[in-house]
Amino acid sequence: MPRLERRPQPSARWTWLAPPLAVLVTMVAGGALFAALGENPFEAIRTIFWDPLFGEFAFYYRPQLLVKAAPLILIAIGLSLGFRAGIWNIGAEGQYIIGAITGAGAGLAFYPMEGWFIFPIMIVAGALGGFVWGMIPAILRARFGTNEILVSLMLVYVAEQLLAKMALGLLRNPEGRGFPGSRNLQHYPSAHNAELVANTGIHWGVVAALIAVIFAYVLLTRHLLGYQIKLAGQAPRAARFAGVNPARLVLICLGLSGALAGLAGMFEVAGPAGQITIDFNVGYGFTAIIVAFLGRLHPVGILLAGLLMALTYIGGEAASSTMQLPMAAIQIFQGMLLFFLLAVDVLTNYRVRARKTEVAP
Amino acid sequence: MSLSSIDATLLLASLIVAATPILLAALGELVVERAGVLNLGVEGMMITGAICGFAIAVQTGSPLVGFVAAAAGGAALALLFALLTQVALANQVASGLALTLFGLGLSALLGQGYVGIKPPPTARLDLGPLSDLPFVGRVLFSHDPVVYVALALVGAVWAFLKYSRAGLILRAVGENHDAAHALGYKVVRVRILAILFGGACAGLGGAYISLVRVPQWTEGMTSGAGWIALALVVFASWKAGRVLLGAWLFGGVTVLQLNLQAAGAAIPVEYLSMSPYLITIVVLVIMSFDKSRAPGSLGRIFHASQ
Repeated sequence: MPRLERRPQPSARWTWLAPPLAVLVTMVAGGALFAALGENPFEAIRTIFWDPLFGEFAFYYRPQLLVKAAPLILIAIGLSLGFRAGIWNIGAEGQYIIGAITGAGAGLAFYPMEGWFIFPIMIVAGALGGFVWGMIPAILRARFGTNEILVSLMLVYVAEQLLAKMALGLLRNPEGRGFPGSRNLQHYPSAHNAELVANTGIHWGVVAALIAVIFAYVLLTRHLLGYQIKLAGQAPRAARFAGVNPARLVLICLGLSGALAGLAGMFEVAGPAGQITIDFNVGYGFTAIIVAFLGRLHPVGILLAGLLMALTYIGGEAASSTMQLPMAAIQIFQGMLLFFLLAVDVLTNYRVRARKTEVAP
Repeated sequence: MSLSSIDATLLLASLIVAATPILLAALGELVVERAGVLNLGVEGMMITGAICGFAIAVQTGSPLVGFVAAAAGGAALALLFALLTQVALANQVASGLALTLFGLGLSALLGQGYVGIKPPPTARLDLGPLSDLPFVGRVLFSHDPVVYVALALVGAVWAFLKYSRAGLILRAVGENHDAAHALGYKVVRVRILAILFGGACAGLGGAYISLVRVPQWTEGMTSGAGWIALALVVFASWKAGRVLLGAWLFGGVTVLQLNLQAAGAAIPVEYLSMSPYLITIVVLVIMSFDKSRAPGSLGRIFHASQ
């Protein structure tokens, strides 16, 4: 069996080579999976990865790419800050839901008034909602040392129940003939997160995602806080000596990622989704975890990873409609991607050496 | 609403049933964490066990074969985690999350043909005169065999960790893997075995949900039970006996809120459904005052050359 030898420093080359290699291995394994399901693997891979961009119906799918990538990138950027510092917010799905509820709620409170100020208020409300939801595990961790992984995750289930309650109760469309779900914000011009440039899929959420990428890049490379985040993750003891306040870092990282997830939820509900419904959330908060890792917790990497993951969503939908491939197969595909990335990563941190015969001195 | 419509005997009996899946999963995770490994993939292994058990039970008509298949399915998924974290030395938190995401997808795919089917019923164990006792017989002695397997497992895990040599080695590996390695114990081998055991237990717990508790298959039906099991291990301060206590507490909360829903309580259904999760958070906060510690090497990567 070959031996692993720890590298003094992670290999810079493998840091960048690992994600594409993982994608490649996933395509092979995914192809095998599709073959096992009785589909032509080459056709399936082409339907998922090629046709949405360059195929016959690309004009329909391309805008969808940005629509799906925006929330993933927005959430993943927030998560990556915490993950770098060893703070594990895995409840982004909950913060996303709460951001959507508060964002939509703020907009609907003004209905049917029109005004330029309504949409900005919704943005603030959405970010604030996600922020508050993220602060719950943050304060509990900072004050009592409670495990933030479990608390943030439990809050996802709480948020889902709250979403159901809102869709059936407080936010239900009074003119909806008793059906669950809020008014459609797409029909309320002041609150509608409309396409900014026709047929591109670019809405305010896409703009926000790009700003978040730049902001995170500057933060991590140019700002003291970014340095502290990296230091706390790589050498917690050294960080303590350097005067980094761990509690403060927890509050900042969870608060920021909560606010960004809340923003993503708000842009989604005001734009592509349109209304608060019981099954409004589709797991972006969890997929964003894969995006963050696939992007190496680096803002530019996350941008690319988010686009790729959005492609699997769209390609998955295309494959399920044209080839009757189950959507669950795409979920497996995304899970496999993270698996293979983690496995390939061994090459980043370790050298593989053939086992030498040990000779007594 | 009338509280009198809630029958205490039935409540306690269903409490034990509701506690069994999380009890099984938490016991497995307890052993894994005592070996120094944090496997956050419990939810994924449970749901995989749930569909493996359900599918095989429906195919063969035997719940017993189903439960065996569920344990195998959970262990197979756990093997992936073991390969990632013990051989490829990947981050345990990330690998556990990957396992959960993968398990949820896999189960949804496997379960496509099984929605709306009823599984073969799991027979109750007839304990003769014990089952006929008033109250106690109904609460304690008229369940299916898995309930008793889970209870026996509590004792077995407790005795294993406290009195057996293998249990001592497992704890040594979990407390300080470098020292255990220096003493000549096979750290990686012990951990892989612990992870497989944890997977098998989680698989059993999942199958208990799909074969006995619900009993049918729906996508994502474990709905956080795996995460509650993880919280339970923290609640129990890594002690087997307290896992049982915690499981009954959560089982009690779940059953009580379901009964309140059925009795038409004034509290909206959604708020009642939140309660098990909220109580988990409250319990986690209370337990974080208890500084009796986690295993020393929990979540750390072991690499022999250091």
